[in-house]
Amino acid sequence: MSDRYTPQELMVAAAAREIADGDLVFVGMRLPILAYAVARSTHAPRARALYELGLLRDWPAEAFLGTMGDPPNVVGALWSTRLSNVMGVLAQGLADLGFIGGAEVDRFGNLNTSYIGDFRQPKVKLPGSGGGADIAILSRRWVTLLSHERRRLVDRVSYVTSPGYGDGSPGWRGRQGLPGGGPAAIVTTLAVLRFPPEGGEAHLDSVHPGHSVEEVRAETGWDLQVRPGAGETPGPSKRELEQIRRFDPDGFWTRRSEA
Amino acid sequence: METGKVMTMSDAVARFVPDGSAVAIGCCLEPLVPFAAGHELIRQGRTGLNLIGPISDSLFDQLIGAGCAARVTAAWVGNVSEGLGHNYRRAAESGQPKPLEIRDHSNFSIALALWAAAWATPYLPTRTLLGSDIIESNPDLVVADGLVRVAALKPDVTILHVQRADAAGRAHAWGPLGVAEEAALAAGRVILSCEELVDPEVILSDPNRVLVAEAKVVAVVPEPGGAHPAPVQGYWRRDHGFVRDYAERSRTREGFLEWLQEWVLAPPDRAAYLARLSDTEPLRIRRHRLSAPVDYGDE
Repeated sequence: MSDRYTPQELMVAAAAREIADGDLVFVGMRLPILAYAVARSTHAPRARALYELGLLRDWPAEAFLGTMGDPPNVVGALWSTRLSNVMGVLAQGLADLGFIGGAEVDRFGNLNTSYIGDFRQPKVKLPGSGGGADIAILSRRWVTLLSHERRRLVDRVSYVTSPGYGDGSPGWRGRQGLPGGGPAAIVTTLAVLRFPPEGGEAHLDSVHPGHSVEEVRAETGWDLQVRPGAGETPGPSKRELEQIRRFDPDGFWTRRSEA
Repeated sequence: METGKVMTMSDAVARFVPDGSAVAIGCCLEPLVPFAAGHELIRQGRTGLNLIGPISDSLFDQLIGAGCAARVTAAWVGNVSEGLGHNYRRAAESGQPKPLEIRDHSNFSIALALWAAAWATPYLPTRTLLGSDIIESNPDLVVADGLVRVAALKPDVTILHVQRADAAGRAHAWGPLGVAEEAALAAGRVILSCEELVDPEVILSDPNRVLVAEAKVVAVVPEPGGAHPAPVQGYWRRDHGFVRDYAERSRTREGFLEWLQEWVLAPPDRAAYLARLSDTEPLRIRRHRLSAPVDYGDE
């Protein structure tokens, strides 16, 4: 097995490390499906996963998944039900961690997956919330994954699909009545950004191997502050890579063909 | 045995889905998407539809590109494994082929909107969507007393693909159900397409698994493969390659129109569509996993 890895493989490993053993994880689409499978197969054997279309699982499906609704993801499920039951679990504050994919994120962790430009006359129409807004509002903490580009990490998003810490002022989420804790981290193709426990603005926490702080700051649309002592993101371990390639054998999600 | 509800997809769409209908379709997110029904809506040239659903994989994108939709009421419109919906973008950004009104929801809020209609209440209150601009862009969501009031959403017709149904309109569906139950309960009427038309004894042997009471069901369409390329638990895998091909060809309007001609307009019905697929054998599920029977014994 090659030790060389793609940016997406590192993102999956970094996302998997956000999952603590015993967590109930609200899994989104794409890379988080892999992140859950890797975490469950390495350091978090007691984690469980909720899928918004109406599934609860423990062990990950032993097959490539193009979507969370592929038949192998139903085999061995702990619960196959309706979407609103799974959302009810989320609304009760029982999901420890959620994952949300993003097109655009800002310094306060607000995500836009709906409209670039004025929503009445959008420059770009993005697919929308899906379950993203629900996860952002109702899960105890959440992590977003996206490609690190200046046009995607912006000072303020033009439309908040999934709220993070709003305008960044202390207590913003509480004033809005949001029950969940908010974003914990942004995992990108270049770095991991992390929010202080009380919320607010994302800081640079670690830079992926082969990249520099200057490069990350240049690709970020606000004056990104660097956490004192910020270091290098550990690359995927041999064990993590084995598991990533077990669940994405052709590199469909982790783009191994482009490496 | 009652057979009056059993009909072809062509007849079901002609009789029960007039122009301008609010149509819930693709209610289970990724599985059981009624693509055959959607393609018949396109062939019959329906216009002015309000498309309702959480995430219908790429079906909404196809209906929008074909000019069937005036409004979309959904949580997410795109292509689940491939990303953006190119027809959705063209409609929203430049009115091609027609302008499109968008009522944004989240998955949770659209489920609540359908439950509100199913329970005949004007709205349901929730904490979800507080702090989201979805409240600003969708007039069906109003903040009052610190909660979001999600207005009831009543489809004129809900179209579901299921594993099996009987001629009286009683369906068994399994696997994750998304918002299928509330969409059916809320609807004025329900059209079912099914992999298998079975005897009532099969369905009534397990009444807990019946998806919706028969009274709302106006049509039962035997349509094996009617969800392709979406998966059907126990019957069909998802056809990832077909979905990718659609995503690539629909990048341009011209490419989409060619795709539409090849896969929707040229084949007169679902059987002809399936015959165009080079080989459906690898898509059929062979490793069956039967659940244990339950005992409805009564004395």
